[in-house]
Amino acid sequence: MEMNLLVLAYLFGSVTFIVGLKMLSNPASARKGNLVAAAGMTAAIFATIFLYTDKNGNPLGNYLWIFAALAIGSVAGTSMAKRVQMTAMPEMVSLFNGMGGACAALISVIEFGHLQEKDPGTLLIILLGLIIGSISFAGSMIAWGKLNGKIKDFSFGGQHIFNLALLFFILGIATYLVAAIPENMTLLFYGVVALSILYGVFFVLPIGGADMPVVISLLNSFTGVAAACGGFLYENKVMLTGGILVGAAGTLLTILMCNAMNRSLKNVLIGSFGAGATAGSSASFGGTYKEVSLSDAAVVMSYASKVMIVPGYGLAVAQAQHVCHELEKTLEAKGVEVKYAIHPVAGRMPGHMNVLLAEADVSYDKLLEMEQANEEFKNTDVVLILGANDVVNPAAKSDPASPIYGMPILEVEDAKHVIVNKRSMKPGYAGIENQLFFQPKTSMLFGDAKKALQELLAEIRSI
Amino acid sequence: MEPLNWIAAHQEMIYIVVLMIFVGIEVIGRVPSVLHTPLMSGANAIHGVVIIGAIIVMGQAEESNIPALVLGFLAVLLGTLNVVGGFVVTDRMLEMFKKKK
Repeated sequence: MEMNLLVLAYLFGSVTFIVGLKMLSNPASARKGNLVAAAGMTAAIFATIFLYTDKNGNPLGNYLWIFAALAIGSVAGTSMAKRVQMTAMPEMVSLFNGMGGACAALISVIEFGHLQEKDPGTLLIILLGLIIGSISFAGSMIAWGKLNGKIKDFSFGGQHIFNLALLFFILGIATYLVAAIPENMTLLFYGVVALSILYGVFFVLPIGGADMPVVISLLNSFTGVAAACGGFLYENKVMLTGGILVGAAGTLLTILMCNAMNRSLKNVLIGSFGAGATAGSSASFGGTYKEVSLSDAAVVMSYASKVMIVPGYGLAVAQAQHVCHELEKTLEAKGVEVKYAIHPVAGRMPGHMNVLLAEADVSYDKLLEMEQANEEFKNTDVVLILGANDVVNPAAKSDPASPIYGMPILEVEDAKHVIVNKRSMKPGYAGIENQLFFQPKTSMLFGDAKKALQELLAEIRSI
Repeated sequence: MEPLNWIAAHQEMIYIVVLMIFVGIEVIGRVPSVLHTPLMSGANAIHGVVIIGAIIVMGQAEESNIPALVLGFLAVLLGTLNVVGGFVVTDRMLEMFKKKK
């Protein structure tokens, strides 16, 4: 009876994961989908604690330990997730992903200690969970460190060859362990742990920060597969379903994200953005740019009939979304039509800007997607760029030597005036110059996005 | 013929793996780019299901085996962080997608 209830709870869990994921891919149902999956997870967890029995019918013990860990984890997880700034969400996801990877690896380590009859199939699954979990853990930690600026890009000559060799070495040891089942394999087993962690570190280190979302998504699907290994180990169907589901969906999502940036996954993993590109083609380009005074900018915008705002990472960093919304309302009160042009990869993650602007109560139908915005730039009087750079860089269309060549961009040059707010002339995340800033129709408004917008707002109100 | 036997013995699981690969791909095939990040975050929370393995390990550890208890405790803790943190962060992201007038 209890066993059957457990099966029912696992079935329920599996179905909610599929339905939840399906709902998550539609804007109208996404939030409910997340809750549906969470409900299924809760049911599966508590069913396991109270109903699970081993082959001899013994229930689980150590309730005190289990509930202590659950309580501490829940409190810590909730408070971390609640307190995190909108700008730091990507690194939070990476951190949680790393926790999952570590959890899968730990299960493998403990089960290795329990391994008695040395069955090759079981050992294979344990090693697979261990290797994938460790890589996912180490890689996610590096991605986390890179996104919050604690770890800098690092690469050395031949690193890709070194990585490949390291990976084959790890797989070689694993194959030997499974095939030969040596008498004493403890040392080699822990060698695999250490090398897998090392591989995770070297795998992510050379990849540029702008590509981090893609890498996190890839590591996310890795953790899914590692979780599925656990499912195989315990013949646990909900773990298997959830793990493989995320493994498959995560892989597809990774590819979709690459497509949104018009880059291939191989390009992301091997041809790292940041490294080497700085000294590249556009370095020869230079010229003069002109600054615009606050009052001039205020006048131009107040008397425009249509203003398009292009938000970028700079807006997120400055937390300027609320004052941006104020500016929008003030201009609208003066009869100016204001819209936002959202590049799919503006900010540090796809959807970053939508989330940020929605937080400031910006109406959903004011946000234009790239294709739509590109059509409207032609009849736009003023484009106000707030801390965006690479996504408006015309080199993506015109300069085949540029590292971002081929990426779809917002064609802001079609508008009559372009005002660019940046903190300095420093290049954007891809580390390349932006010709847009030197064009005659472009004028620069230097300063922190929040401060500049507040001052601009005051000027506009005084007109 | 050991591998064949192994496959035969685990055929049920292998079927699930194959079917879930197709379901996973099918289910998110049409996601708009705006939802990439929340979807990734939601999927991140779902693979936190690995916590069930951690709970089983923890619950089966002998009370005298301190290393196993400590490692198991750590595994449950990390798994909980993944699940709870993952779902809460996703909810926070999606909360901001609400349509407002």
